Amino acid sequence: MEDKFAKTEIHKPENIVYKKSDLMVDRPLSYCPGCGHGTAHRMLMEVLEEMNIQDKTIGVSPVGCSVLAYDFLNIDMLGAAHGRAPALATAIKRLWPDHFVFTYQGDGDLAAIGTAETIHACNRGENITIIFINNGIYGMTGGQMAPTTLPGMRSSTSPYGRDVPTMGHPLKITELVAQLPGVYYVTRQSVHTPNNVRKTKKAMRKAFELQKENRGVCFIEIVSNCNSGWKMTPVQSNKWMEENMFPFYQLGDIKVDGKLIEKKETVE
Amino acid sequence: MGELRLMKGNEAVAEAAIRAGCDGYFGYPITPQSEVMEYLMAEKPFERTGMVVLQAESEVAAINMLYGGAGTGKMVMTSSSSPGISLMQEGISYMAGAELPALIVNIVRGGPGLGTIQPSQADYFQAVKGGGHGDYKMLVLAPASVQEMCDHVKLGFDKAYQYRTPVMILSDGAIGQMMEKVVLFDQIPRRTDAEVIEQCPWASNGRPATRDHNIITSLDLDPAGQERVNLKLQAKYKLMEQNEVLYEEIQCEDAEYLFVAFGLSARICQKAIDLARAKGIKVGLFRPITLFPFPVIEVSNVGNHVKGILVVEMNAGQMIEDVKLSVGCKVKIEHFGRFGGIIPSPDEVVRALEQQIIGG
Amino acid sequence: MTEEIIIAGFGGQGVLSMGKILAYSGVMQNKEVSWMPSYGPEMRGGTANVTVIISDERISSPILNAFDTAIILNQQSMDKFEKSVKPGGLLIYDPNGLTRFPERTDINIYSIEAADEAARQGLSKIFNMVVLGGFLKLKPLVAPEFIHKGLQKSLPARHHALIPENEKAIEIGKGLLKPVHVLA
Repeated sequence: MEDKFAKTEIHKPENIVYKKSDLMVDRPLSYCPGCGHGTAHRMLMEVLEEMNIQDKTIGVSPVGCSVLAYDFLNIDMLGAAHGRAPALATAIKRLWPDHFVFTYQGDGDLAAIGTAETIHACNRGENITIIFINNGIYGMTGGQMAPTTLPGMRSSTSPYGRDVPTMGHPLKITELVAQLPGVYYVTRQSVHTPNNVRKTKKAMRKAFELQKENRGVCFIEIVSNCNSGWKMTPVQSNKWMEENMFPFYQLGDIKVDGKLIEKKETVE
Repeated sequence: MGELRLMKGNEAVAEAAIRAGCDGYFGYPITPQSEVMEYLMAEKPFERTGMVVLQAESEVAAINMLYGGAGTGKMVMTSSSSPGISLMQEGISYMAGAELPALIVNIVRGGPGLGTIQPSQADYFQAVKGGGHGDYKMLVLAPASVQEMCDHVKLGFDKAYQYRTPVMILSDGAIGQMMEKVVLFDQIPRRTDAEVIEQCPWASNGRPATRDHNIITSLDLDPAGQERVNLKLQAKYKLMEQNEVLYEEIQCEDAEYLFVAFGLSARICQKAIDLARAKGIKVGLFRPITLFPFPVIEVSNVGNHVKGILVVEMNAGQMIEDVKLSVGCKVKIEHFGRFGGIIPSPDEVVRALEQQIIGG
Repeated sequence: MTEEIIIAGFGGQGVLSMGKILAYSGVMQNKEVSWMPSYGPEMRGGTANVTVIISDERISSPILNAFDTAIILNQQSMDKFEKSVKPGGLLIYDPNGLTRFPERTDINIYSIEAADEAARQGLSKIFNMVVLGGFLKLKPLVAPEFIHKGLQKSLPARHHALIPENEKAIEIGKGLLKPVHVLA
């Protein structure tokens, strides 16, 4: 038995069925078990590796759960002040126009404190890729209400549920930026099933291919869970996400080739 | 000799930035420094040298653009005036923490709040004592002429890279708006991408297969690690104190009294010296050129040989604290200032010397 | 030699540009110069003034409380700056629109009817050059060839065709001075 499962045996090329991207630093992720960040990181690195652009890619991480993304992604990275990643990315891309530049931001970072930087980088049509992880809550600081928290949804600063008259509506910033002429490709995906993971990866690939063509901002929202913040098990949180988040934050393309996709119906 | 021009201080800053080989300017309009970006946009350095000029959506965005650009090793700068510089403080603290080189020009106006658009020196504390959160310093240059506005841009970039630190030029609305003769230094070519990569091995500009990834951050969640960062910064500031002090002494040899002043106030004091000496009052001027590092020993050497010192500032008394700490308590030290955008005239400076120091 | 000058009038009279041309001409003659404007909202239609210093030595304060020469083009400026002329100094004013004329007896005072003459000759836009001509007649700090270079440097290239007209205005100004009070 021991021989059969020895590391050397498992590591033989013919026995490898799955391998983590070499662009993922070989260290345990700091994310909670069941969180979508790890999968999103991995897809992003697989895309860079497959395009072989890792030596020409500069990433910007936010403040939030993924503040330490630079510890896991084995590419050159800068950690931005809260909300300012698109400002950093703007300057980096302008100064290194033949490099690939992306930001990786959560909902608090991108849609609350960084709204101005998000809107203006998008409106200038910077040739960057924005990866936006929306889990409807501030995860790192312990589950406070986010700009994307759903009506009635509980958080530590909306303990009786988000009360829209006093706390405002959840912000669909993705639909908002899709209106801007500087934005070329907008899509909303998830990473909670293998099929959705494949779609997300495809969207990321498309975004970096478009960046090569200097098409303007490519904006990928990934609706994700936060089982810790939502006080659920990972399985429960994925189910809750499907039942509650997806009806409000509908998955699919929102803008393709610079043109808005006509939606038949939007559930509010 | 370089090219001779009559220029505003703000224009000299902009032209010097192009000539210094600056890679990117990011700014937001605010009086009395808008000529910096206006000059750049009209001059089209993107065609002259390939320099990027971008009007940001706010000072907050501008300083974070600096952070991004500097983090890749590129030579970047911004300019603003007091309220805008206040908005930038978070970003400056991050840059100090992440050890990023950049040049920040503050064309100071009167405050607090929206204040006035007229010149002031009321941002001395903010510039010299940190300004943002955390224990950090910037190297702070205080030009007193349009020529120095030009020269300090190049000096500032040099020191920013030598120490990997943000450097501030602390000027004021009068020096920004006034015109004087300037001898411009010759164009220094912008570094190529390959040169940036070679000269800034710490920068995040794309990881080749031959090295580990670079991370630009000011975050270290481990207190021991963060203490190491702080100790490293403090050691750097110590080195600056030892090696980077700049100052000027004017008619100090026979001086019985001393003005201490920086920037525009120092210019006014020079005229006041002429007026006072015509009355038989032997007064000299000590002008700190670097405000951090402050010329502690140098001002003490001069200050301890006079009967009294008048610190002249366009504020309510800020640099005087550093003068007192440097000179000690054996010599009488008083402050004379006007604020809110009022510039003291040479004759009122002489009156203040007579009343507060000589007669007082 | 150091000459400390205040030029003051309404925004739009070309006060700042007169100062700039004078200063730039000084630079071309390798003098030290400083040009310190009042800046801010008052520039837009209100009073405007500029301090110009031309010197053979390093200039100390660009801000002054007393001047060798005051060139005054409106009433507010007369009220403000007549008293700032150093004893023995020079005051030049255009009487156009003035209701109170200078009263000091310890300075040299000349009037120059530049606005009227410029209007007669169709040079209203460069009336400031007529005034400058008057000043240069009394204080020839800068030689005409350097004034020419100063104009070249101060005016954008698209206006260089107007340089002869500017020089003509300066010459006209030199002949327009009227002594009002001249010290013995």
